[in-house]
Amino acid sequence: MARRFLASCNRGATPYWLTGAFIAAGFVFVYVSPRSIPAFLIFVGGASLAYFLRLKKPARLAFAVVVAVVLVPILGARNIFYLEVIFQIAVFSALALGLNIVVGFSGLLNFGYMAFYAVGAYLWGFFGSQQPFLLHAIPGTVPPGTPFFLAPDWFYLFVFLGIIVAAIVGLILGLPVLRVRGDYLAIITLAFGEIVRQLLNNLDKPLNFTNGPQGITPIQKPTLTPEVVAFFNRIFGPLVGRPVTSSQFYDILFYLIAVLVVILVVIVTFRLDDSGIGRAWTAVREDELAATAMGIPANRLKLSAFAVGASFAGAMGVLFAASRTFVSPESFTFLASVNVLTMVILGGIGSIPGVIIGAVVVTILNLQILQSISLWLAQLRQSDAFIPIINFHWKDLSNQLDPSKYQRLVFGIILVLMMIYRPAGILPAARRKRELKGHDDETTGENNDA
Amino acid sequence: MPEAELILEAAGVVKRFGGLVAVDRMDFRMEKGRIYSIIGPNGAGKTTFFNTISGLYKAEEGRIVFNGVEIQTLTADRITALHVARTFQNIRLFGGMTVIENILVGGYTRLKQNAVQAVLRTRGFMEQEKRAEKRAEELMEYVGLRGVGNELAASLPYGGQRRVEVARALASDPWLLLLDEPTAGMNPAETEDAMHLFRRLRDELGISILLIEHDMNVVMNISERITVMDYGEKIAEGSPAEIAADARVIEAYLGRGAAGEAAGGAAGEAAGGAAGGAVESGDAAV
Amino acid sequence: MRKILGSDALREILLPLGRMAVFVVGAGALFSALMFILALVAQGSGADKLLHDTQNIGIVAYTLSSLPQVLIDGVTLGFVYAAIALGYTMVYGVLEFINFAHSEIFAVGAFAGVEFLILMDKLGVLAGASPLISYMYLAFALAVAMIASGLIAMLMERTAYRPLRDAPRLVPLISAIGVSFALQDIIRLVESLTTGQFYRVIPTFGNFDERVPLFSLPTGGAPIAVNIQVKSLVVIVAAVLMLVGLSYIVNATRIGKAIRSVAQDRTTAALMGIGVNGVISFTFLIGGALGGAAGVLYALKFTRIDPFVGFIPGMKAFTAAVLGGIGNITGALLGGIVLGMLESFAGAYLGTFTMGRFGSEYKDIIAFLVLIVVIIFKPSGLLGEQVSQKA
Repeated sequence: MARRFLASCNRGATPYWLTGAFIAAGFVFVYVSPRSIPAFLIFVGGASLAYFLRLKKPARLAFAVVVAVVLVPILGARNIFYLEVIFQIAVFSALALGLNIVVGFSGLLNFGYMAFYAVGAYLWGFFGSQQPFLLHAIPGTVPPGTPFFLAPDWFYLFVFLGIIVAAIVGLILGLPVLRVRGDYLAIITLAFGEIVRQLLNNLDKPLNFTNGPQGITPIQKPTLTPEVVAFFNRIFGPLVGRPVTSSQFYDILFYLIAVLVVILVVIVTFRLDDSGIGRAWTAVREDELAATAMGIPANRLKLSAFAVGASFAGAMGVLFAASRTFVSPESFTFLASVNVLTMVILGGIGSIPGVIIGAVVVTILNLQILQSISLWLAQLRQSDAFIPIINFHWKDLSNQLDPSKYQRLVFGIILVLMMIYRPAGILPAARRKRELKGHDDETTGENNDA
Repeated sequence: MPEAELILEAAGVVKRFGGLVAVDRMDFRMEKGRIYSIIGPNGAGKTTFFNTISGLYKAEEGRIVFNGVEIQTLTADRITALHVARTFQNIRLFGGMTVIENILVGGYTRLKQNAVQAVLRTRGFMEQEKRAEKRAEELMEYVGLRGVGNELAASLPYGGQRRVEVARALASDPWLLLLDEPTAGMNPAETEDAMHLFRRLRDELGISILLIEHDMNVVMNISERITVMDYGEKIAEGSPAEIAADARVIEAYLGRGAAGEAAGGAAGEAAGGAAGGAVESGDAAV
Repeated sequence: MRKILGSDALREILLPLGRMAVFVVGAGALFSALMFILALVAQGSGADKLLHDTQNIGIVAYTLSSLPQVLIDGVTLGFVYAAIALGYTMVYGVLEFINFAHSEIFAVGAFAGVEFLILMDKLGVLAGASPLISYMYLAFALAVAMIASGLIAMLMERTAYRPLRDAPRLVPLISAIGVSFALQDIIRLVESLTTGQFYRVIPTFGNFDERVPLFSLPTGGAPIAVNIQVKSLVVIVAAVLMLVGLSYIVNATRIGKAIRSVAQDRTTAALMGIGVNGVISFTFLIGGALGGAAGVLYALKFTRIDPFVGFIPGMKAFTAAVLGGIGNITGALLGGIVLGMLESFAGAYLGTFTMGRFGSEYKDIIAFLVLIVVIIFKPSGLLGEQVSQKA
């Protein structure tokens, strides 16, 4: 019965005004109470309806553009935190899509994926800051008057450089490593990820490349002319309710760049999936031996998957460094790699929309849900409330207990439960249906008139 | 008789697994455009020999020459690119992919496209994809599959899966097709169909076919030449009639002493395959 | 049919002891010789000069005089790694599966033992206890840890791994990672709820921190005293006892034979009437117990633990298992000792030989590099892997 209800939602004009209603309602709710999580979820839900329901392509596109370019910046200007969340969702979507190519399309478990992200981040982190002039300086000290190495707008070029450099690193790592069997490959990539992190931590002597555990800061952002900010304020000012400052606009700018990169990544991924290479990747994942027998050079294909996946991470790394103006090895731990892996597994290995949903869910979990549980506990600690039966006073709860830091528990439970109950993910990958002659024939098996 | 062109020639091929010699100094020659069979009891080394030819194993010793090119040092994908294709004893389709995708994957070596073209969706790329899809559909028709293009390969009945395997192998445009127990598990009607298909492949497409088979009906009916292996060695080779009467072959299958008993009934029963009456098709692990 | 004190049993005790001695002496000699040659080569280099300036000693003399201490540390560390490595290797042997969460079993053991000792300390029985009583309490702590870890390991297998036994290999591996992460936070949660602390420190008691003089190295000037901390001795002895015990169980008992046969060929073992599930549970139990005991020994040596203490030693122990030959119990022993020596030598000499450019902070990277190199070039390890024969 539920299925029929859902199906009726998907017929005729219903999807259109359903989507529109959700998005509009979500927008209003978030506008009015910017801190409310349910409001945010309704908004995000509305946006996802635009993907899932049966809408004509132009309508889908229209919804997407309106949401991405108009509604979100307005909401973001009212509550920067949401922009932060959506920015992270965009970044992690791209990362998850990249990992999806490696794990999902080709079946290679990579536990050190963040190393490629780090390569991109430190690439701009090094060249976009003063670090090249600080190679001989004592870590942590910046002699006054040290200039920045490059002009800030080199950032845009470095997004492309990040792609290339990360891809090269992926190739270098992949060459010796990809002939190793599955579970050992996982461990090797984990070791590699750790090595990269430790190198970043320790390469502050003899030459100070990375400034060690303190990280590199400040890192430049691309320039923003005042005219652009003024233009935004003229158009959106009344809707937002107050003018947006330059620094706030940076968040909007980075958000837009991130969305652009994600869109490109999605397009590239889709097109690669639906091509000879994509089919070869899937074949290698399904049965490497048979694939080789069909003429597929398995090693070369695994390498290309590695390189492509790495390049997405590299691009996002550059973006990350510029948006934070700060990089440190702590962002690229094994936990971070597992973060992305959880998104892929939760969403559905090999499934492009699935992986994006995974990114959305995990990011919202991390940034919002865990946070609010933390806040709620903090409030309880201030109050006089207590749990009745065991007579436990909330104010006695240790300050150490901070749910927003318990990602490991969340990831761990998600991974175990998904593997046991739904290894294909929330939104499993579906094979594309092609238009073929004789497609509507009822015969399901052989045709015996050969 | 002048020697016809050889499509495949193996000389002194040896394949060892630790202390076990699975293929022991095999010599083998196959003429172009023929259907040959390799038979032998379980564990005789037939599939191992296939694997050595197709590149999944590397022979320790010996030479394998395909169409004038030495292939014993090449990897399996290179060998397929040289127009050798094979099917597997236990069907190894890509179960999670559709039938048409399986066949498309088979044609990977003949696709002229790269990643950049795929991303940019160039005209050349679109043409290649269209051509490949068309060819895959034609192959589906040719092997007798219709309307199942979008079905998951794993959902097809057994006979259908076997056909997909053949279509997939054909997609790489082979000149030599290695079929490993292609009729295993088939009923007589399906087996007839299969034999008919193999003959068509030889006659219409000029493909040389090398079969491993246990179904003596098939072997006797369709092979132009039979090679018999046992314990990794070739113990007999010849036309179906010669093999049916060969004492060593009968012994290998039925045991010592059976040769004398069967000698009377085996002569003149070449086409009927009476000698194979005691040997059935089925899933035999070699 | 049981030969209790027959020559068979005795052999099963002496043989592993002998192997251990050979490994320790062999690895020690090898590394020492290598280091000595390196020092000879480095004579006259910048490192040598730096040493002359700062410590008034040449690089060869520096190397030789530090050797005994480095060797002792290497042995101690090596046995800890070997004990943890056994858990990885045994599980891999019977299941062809890397129990990624074994590092947390080690951590659980460490916490169980340490919390027990802290409790004892609170009850006032530790301070001022005689050495003998202290050893007794340490033994209790080890027992507590072994039970806790063993049980957690069995629970882990039952809930998170058994349902996935027939799935493709990567599925249980991902599950194991999930368990590992979840356990880290569960330990943290429990600690937060009960003690509110992140770090826990093992209470001082007994004579563990004392140093026992071994011998004196004659040098040109004042002789250098070589001594060993009692705690290091305890670690070595305890580890040796556990390893001998395990070797006995695996090689000389019925259950050990069952484990070996399941490791060889699970299906046939089942056909022979062996309760495979029970054997696998038992394997996790022993492997877990050993890991837990190793946790207490680690806490004894390094005094401070936190919920994430398992990650790095776990990776190193896994490296040791692969280095020696995964599935191979003797291999885990050898791998542990070699890796322990390697880490000790790297930690001690890396800084000096590179004039401070690459110091002891790189010793973790060395272990990871070893892992990568071994897996790529010799995945079967030094002594050859022992996993089920697949047809």
